[in-house]
Amino acid sequence: MDDAGQVDAGQVDAGQVDTGQVDAGQVGTAKVGTAQVETAPKASGQGVARSRSLFDREILAQALGGSVRKLDPRVQVRNPVMFVVLVGTIVTFVEAIAHPSTFSWSITIWLFLTVVFANFAEAMAEGRGKAQADTLRRMRSEAEARRLRADRTEERVAAAELARGDLVVCEAGDLVPSDGEIVEGIASVDESAITGESAPVIRESGGDRSAVTGGTKVLSDRIVVRITAERGKTFLDRMISLVEGANRQKTPNEIALTILLAALTIVFLPVVVTLQPFGHFSGASVSVVVLVALLVCLIPTTIGALLSAIGIAGMDRLVQRNVLAMSGRAVEAAGDVQTLLLDKTGTITLGNRMAAAFLPTAGHTEEELADAAQLASLADETPEGRSIVVLAKQRFDLRERELAPDHEFVPFSANTRMSGLDIGGRSVRKGAAESVRRWAVEQGGTVPEGLDEAVGQVARAGSTPLVVADGPTILGVIELKDVVKQGIKEKFAEMRQMGIRTVMITGDNPLTAAAIAEEAGVDDYLAEATPETKMELIKAEQEGGKLVAMTGDGTNDAPALAQADVGVAMNTGTTAAKEAGNMVDLDSNPTKLIDVVEIGKQLLITRGSLTTFSIANDVAKYFAIIPALFVATYPQLNTLNIMKLHSPQSAVLSAVIFNALVIIALIPLALRGVKFRATGSAAILRRNVAVYGVGGIVTPFVFIKLIDLVLTALHAY
Amino acid sequence: MGFLWTIVTLVVALGLTWRYLGSYMAAVFDGRVHFLGAVERPLYRALGTSPDREQTWRRYAISVVAFSGVSFALTYLLLRIQGSLPLNPQHLGAVGPALSFNTAASFLTNTNWQNYGGETTMSYFSQIGALTVQQFVSPAVGIVAAIALVRGFARKESATIGNFWVDLVRCLFYVLLPIAFLAGIVFVGQGAVQTLAGTVSIHDAMNGVTQTIARGPIGFMEAIKQLGTNGGGFLNANSATPYENPTALTNWLSIYLLLAIPFSLTYTFGKLVGSVRQGRALLAAMVLIFGVWVGFTSYSEHQGNPAVAAAGIVHQPTGNMVGKEVRFGDTSSALFAVASTQTSTGSADASYDSFTPMGGFGLLTGMMLGEVTPGGTGTGLYTMLIYAIVAVFIGGLMIGRTPEYLGKKIQAKEVKLAGLGSLVMPLVVLVLTAIAVSVHAGRIGPLNSGPHGFTEILYALTSQGNNNGSAFGGLSGNTPFYNVVGAIDMLIGRFGIMIPALALGGSLAAKNVVPESLGTFRTDNTMFVGLVIGVIVIIGGLTFFPAISLGPIVEQLGHGKFF
Repeated sequence: MDDAGQVDAGQVDAGQVDTGQVDAGQVGTAKVGTAQVETAPKASGQGVARSRSLFDREILAQALGGSVRKLDPRVQVRNPVMFVVLVGTIVTFVEAIAHPSTFSWSITIWLFLTVVFANFAEAMAEGRGKAQADTLRRMRSEAEARRLRADRTEERVAAAELARGDLVVCEAGDLVPSDGEIVEGIASVDESAITGESAPVIRESGGDRSAVTGGTKVLSDRIVVRITAERGKTFLDRMISLVEGANRQKTPNEIALTILLAALTIVFLPVVVTLQPFGHFSGASVSVVVLVALLVCLIPTTIGALLSAIGIAGMDRLVQRNVLAMSGRAVEAAGDVQTLLLDKTGTITLGNRMAAAFLPTAGHTEEELADAAQLASLADETPEGRSIVVLAKQRFDLRERELAPDHEFVPFSANTRMSGLDIGGRSVRKGAAESVRRWAVEQGGTVPEGLDEAVGQVARAGSTPLVVADGPTILGVIELKDVVKQGIKEKFAEMRQMGIRTVMITGDNPLTAAAIAEEAGVDDYLAEATPETKMELIKAEQEGGKLVAMTGDGTNDAPALAQADVGVAMNTGTTAAKEAGNMVDLDSNPTKLIDVVEIGKQLLITRGSLTTFSIANDVAKYFAIIPALFVATYPQLNTLNIMKLHSPQSAVLSAVIFNALVIIALIPLALRGVKFRATGSAAILRRNVAVYGVGGIVTPFVFIKLIDLVLTALHAY
Repeated sequence: MGFLWTIVTLVVALGLTWRYLGSYMAAVFDGRVHFLGAVERPLYRALGTSPDREQTWRRYAISVVAFSGVSFALTYLLLRIQGSLPLNPQHLGAVGPALSFNTAASFLTNTNWQNYGGETTMSYFSQIGALTVQQFVSPAVGIVAAIALVRGFARKESATIGNFWVDLVRCLFYVLLPIAFLAGIVFVGQGAVQTLAGTVSIHDAMNGVTQTIARGPIGFMEAIKQLGTNGGGFLNANSATPYENPTALTNWLSIYLLLAIPFSLTYTFGKLVGSVRQGRALLAAMVLIFGVWVGFTSYSEHQGNPAVAAAGIVHQPTGNMVGKEVRFGDTSSALFAVASTQTSTGSADASYDSFTPMGGFGLLTGMMLGEVTPGGTGTGLYTMLIYAIVAVFIGGLMIGRTPEYLGKKIQAKEVKLAGLGSLVMPLVVLVLTAIAVSVHAGRIGPLNSGPHGFTEILYALTSQGNNNGSAFGGLSGNTPFYNVVGAIDMLIGRFGIMIPALALGGSLAAKNVVPESLGTFRTDNTMFVGLVIGVIVIIGGLTFFPAISLGPIVEQLGHGKFF
């Protein structure tokens, strides 16, 4: 809306939002372009964050190779559960060579396949990341950089040789050689390589839009960039290693779960090993192959095989939504967040203000005012300007205006702070109250009574007043109101159900803040927020034991971003903000914080559910294997063979085959994550216990029986 | 009807006890009870401590171990030199080293496994000065360890979890001694023997035989035997003899006493963490499992003896009366037995060896669940809390948050300790049983061969590993092998869980509290009770199912035919 205060650079980017400039009662937050903010993830096929089909042929092929490469014992030993399976396979292998039989060879092969399947799951997850990393790697600038010497002359050097602090020049068509900060100039930059967003963004020196990322392309103008990242440590490099999961570290919760799984593995070891002496005491000879089979069936191989895939896939899901988490720890913390600090503008309200009411001065009608306002806004392509046209149309059916040919649009300028139309000797203007007033007086008009009051009233309510004048006559005030996003109230209600408190952060005065907070349904608000009060709020919440998530983009947000447990920096923000946060949102859409929380929760739920499933499976496996183990000595134990499996050998083999195949069957679930619904904890728990606990007990009974039937039909036994 | 009345009166009495003894104990350990201040303060001075000198979990654990070490040495020494000590009208000689070792370990761990016959081995001095003393202090150690863990939940960012010596003194003077004193009066009043005079010899001139009747300071020992979930009786036949358990009232009182503190501690827990509902959830899990086991075992015993049925006597209206006191009968003996095995008491008013296979299965599996339903004094609560932490961890993950219990985050360290605490028992029991069935010294122990013999060994090591002390019978335990293996079993079963529990207390106490919200994993509702039961049954079931199937299950499936 070019009649409304200063124009803000960097707003070409759709959906990006400007915080810290929300200035109540002032015509302040101008935006150019289409500022439709959306919470939905980007359409696929853009930039890095493209989601691939689960069965992408390329990834499958890579994963198959990976599942063999990962057989290296040095890799296996990192996963205690699968390592035990590998050792067990070797034992049965030796046993099969010593006493060859179809049975012992079948068991050996299926145990080996169990290990391979587990590797395959991990390789699948990694492959999906790698595919994205490859795309990124191609983006990595190999180009030359134009480095400025101390005497301001240019020299051409390879991008790789740039050191921190070097100054480089980029002009239209150049790739930015490395991460840096603009120290001079303004330019539009194509960041689609990083963000997947094709619309260019404005970058300029000073302020909160000064950061440029290596690998992006300058489209216009000339900028001087000070390099801020060392070689190999640029944003792009970090992204590559993140999506690849190259030096993926186990997250705290993953470590805790690994310990539990290791403990279960350790306890099943004596359970199985002691069966040998127990059996011997009872006069039964127990086959080593069957014991190994039992051990592998009992230890939590299902979750052990899928655990790392779940973790990698969680990161992957974030990347698909164009969020980069700097650590898995941050993703987990997101699931634990109890307080969300949300910037009002762009998150809770649409970035733009919308015309809400016409307030005519004494002696004029509302329609008169609306007509003039619409006339003054016809050429105004900003959302605010269009909203005035639309409101006039809705209220008074003013539309389809035929303009006389002698009309001339008066565009907005920072000097006049108003815009309008000159037509047939008539001049209509709308703009900042002070400017239009002055202009009307200059035209020989007077300031009508009650105008100041109306302007003040609108400002106090947190809306923005625009004054409309037709020549010397001031017709009234347009109220531009912050519009709360559709559906956001329901979103907050969901959050509340999940036990998450939402706090709106705004620069508005408390009255306005309260009004919007009420309308949006947030739990609390922080009005007249400054970086300091924001920081205090975070500390106070944390003091009470809560985990806090926030978004931010400005340099003055950096301390708060660092303090918050989950700090999502907007990609449009400054380098300082990006360094301070532990996630970066490439779309710069603060609403995504909510998605991040859901992904964090989904990650933990997937782990918990598959652990439950894995342990619950053991019940059926016992009923398959224990009777088979001792039935020769104690025929009466066949009573426990409740699945009526064909023979002891087919029973054991069926259990082992089930145990291996279930890993493959659950890979899609591990990669996609267990379905998450934003409801209360009790409902989520009930559902997952029913599906994965009870289901985990029942499922193997059915499938072991089926496998046994197949084996019998094939006359394998 | 008699059985039903027993159940109803027990439920009412225990319900009231839960409420009032529970809150009383909370007050005691909060330091709000002072009526014996005159005894308390000099004791603290003598111990060189005071209530405001708190300990970290390490200091607390070191104090526990040091105290137990001294207990061990003292008990061992007294038994070894009993011949030279007073109060020995039978002039019994020194107890052998292996047996003394086993007995000292047994009493300090609150197990009360007895590889000896009380009346023929122990002097009155040993019974009073060595064994009964341990029957007071060993439950007290269990209780204070549980309280220390509970403080971990209740406190916020605290480095300390209480003072062991202060807790111990308070537990003894405000809880165990007064209740045991009152109960002892009832026992003696009902006719339990209480004397320092020696045995009585009766000469039956008509048949020309002389009978020696053992007696001694039995009545008061009986009270703490049950109250402290000790189980070690004065006489070899334990609560089956009229001198220990003279009437139906004392039988009822015995069951009541051994359940009183373990159940009530869940109220104390709730009170100390500020929500009785939390304690009620644990209580519900305990009661549900306990109830099912009582029902199952009583039913099995009431069905009669399959071996007798196999001999053609199908109609057995009184149930399986082999090895039962006729005064108590089948179902009441089963109730006593389940209460005794699931509280880590191990006292008996019937012969467990003669229970039906499924009845024996009930007793054995009751212990295999880890002695948490309700378990021993204190030990039951802290082991239950360990299982609850495992349940919280798995369940908490399923709602998508870092799991937390009472606002305390359950992270790697807690999982490690809870894993250790919940798995050490099955591990040690299985490994030692495997050793026992493999070596000659172990294989000659059981009276029977085949599955029943296996059950005898498994039962003995399960009982000791769980610090229960009940004897299945049939196993000749007083051999160097079983004395030493059993002692190791008991010591690991005690400290292998207690020390992780204390460490948990320390680690939880140091944490901040996450405030409760709608997204919090609820630990006071039906769902959680179900999860805890699931974890207990699944851990116990998965670890012991193979062993059990080779013992009582195969025996029962063989229609009770003994090998």
